[in-house]
Amino acid sequence: MHSDTRAPLPLKIAAIGGLVFLLAPIALIFVYAFTTEEKSFQWPPPGLTLKWFGVTMGRADVWAALALSVKVAAISTCIALVLGTMTAAAVARSRFFGRETISLLVILPIALPGIITGISLRSAFSLLDIPFSTWTIVLGHATFCIVVVYNNAVARFRRTSGALIEAAMDLGADGLQTFRLVILPNIGTALLAGGMLAFALSFDEVIVTTFTAGNQSTLPIWMLEELIRPRQRPVTNVVAMLVVLVTVFPILAAYWLTKEGEHTEGAEK
Amino acid sequence: MTLPAILPARGGIAARAIDWMMRHPAMFTFLMVLPIVLWLGIVYIGSLIALLMQSFFSIDEFSGVVKQEFTLSTYAELLRPANFDIILRTILMAASVTLASAAIAFPIAYFAARYAKGKWKALFYIGVMLPLWSSYLVKVYAWKLVLAKEGILTWVFEKLHLTWLLDGLLALPVVGGNSLSVSYLGTFIVFVYIWLPYMIIPVQAALERVPGAMMEAASDLGANPGQSFRMVLFPLALPGVIAGSIFTFSLTLGDYIIPQIIGSGRLFIGQAVYVQQGTAGNIPLAAAFTVVPIVIMGVYLWGARKMGAFDAL
Repeated sequence: MHSDTRAPLPLKIAAIGGLVFLLAPIALIFVYAFTTEEKSFQWPPPGLTLKWFGVTMGRADVWAALALSVKVAAISTCIALVLGTMTAAAVARSRFFGRETISLLVILPIALPGIITGISLRSAFSLLDIPFSTWTIVLGHATFCIVVVYNNAVARFRRTSGALIEAAMDLGADGLQTFRLVILPNIGTALLAGGMLAFALSFDEVIVTTFTAGNQSTLPIWMLEELIRPRQRPVTNVVAMLVVLVTVFPILAAYWLTKEGEHTEGAEK
Repeated sequence: MTLPAILPARGGIAARAIDWMMRHPAMFTFLMVLPIVLWLGIVYIGSLIALLMQSFFSIDEFSGVVKQEFTLSTYAELLRPANFDIILRTILMAASVTLASAAIAFPIAYFAARYAKGKWKALFYIGVMLPLWSSYLVKVYAWKLVLAKEGILTWVFEKLHLTWLLDGLLALPVVGGNSLSVSYLGTFIVFVYIWLPYMIIPVQAALERVPGAMMEAASDLGANPGQSFRMVLFPLALPGVIAGSIFTFSLTLGDYIIPQIIGSGRLFIGQAVYVQQGTAGNIPLAAAFTVVPIVIMGVYLWGARKMGAFDAL
């Protein structure tokens, strides 16, 4: 829908105002990371300092939480990549009984409020006497990460011609070679984009994690505790800024990777 | 020399297994979906059902032990004024958040779909994706900074000589409070901010599909801008708005972190679930509370489907 007419002024003001509303709070995080004010959220900041970056670097609890978050996100992403691709291959390639049910099943963990997923996993763990560990966190995260990989992969599979695979097999490639030389290069960027979004999703998750984590803290759990019971606000400010930087990069990268293709990712989180 | 038409089978267990699967497509499909069915179909759905079953049990008032026999008394407890208020409050909040997001999202989506080109198009894309994918907690934290009494919003109102307006808003009964960060108004603003991108994306997708010629035709046929909006543009965008409202409504219903950090301290459904399963240890009541959003969303999705919202996703 394009037209050469110029936008009416009120529309332009409303649209740009909306954009400011969307971006200004995130920009504010970057200012507060440098403030010298320690006790309150005073604006404008009385002065700017780099001191809190050093203090944050020296905090063992921040590093431990970061390490756990990266570990959980990496494992969950790997599981999601394997399961999401397999499911996408089956759903896109063939029609079978229960196919619609499977596409619904994959979306369910993200369609239902996180608190429902969290509390049902927690009560299942306690029913089965499974102790909380890194693996219970991974189980919860992989459950909702599968959908982003699946969404990206299934869209790409649908656009990849089946004739391509048949041609490869006709020309003598076995199943493994077909996968490695024909299928993988075709779906590679979709998987990369899906994987990055899954990583970002897991890295940021807090609601399901509060139910499946036990005593361990991922970075969002650490952040949540700071929000409820603030201990050192400047450190929280710095961590918040670093988290924005870490999540922004995969988004921009995923944008560039799929810019040429369709926009399926990010349509639902 | 000619190659044989059928190549010999390759060695190696993996290669042979894959070749075998290729010759048995049904088996291939079965093996491909088996892990997901085991994981989501059994572990996840199993946990969900196990939880929902609990809502038909009740808790013994004196011992605090769950009595494992069928009863509807836990659901009856939802109707007690204290609990019913929580449900009503949450639904009211979800509805107002949805309406406000639609109103704010529409001009952004319309401008991005129809007028933005090149750099502006990219800027609008980033402007929606960045808040969508930025850390949820960091966004909530950012709003704590914005809404704090000594924060930037108070400062802006002061610079514009509008402090009286802010004070007036905060003095309102029910929605007001000591400062924006401890009022319903604050909770509302943060909810709108956090879920806004989920509204913009489907509305924009719906608007992209409206041909520009159709809007021109409407005005050529004598419709004023208000009429062409009401009679052409809005009906065509409606499926997108409904698709977006599924997200804003459902996400507000289930959230328990935003009202805990920015709000007046009165509970929402998500918090009630959290409190009941945690400190109160009343799993049946927590389960009954989780059934409320599931039922509401079930009805909502059924209605949205009737209005064709799923084509806009």
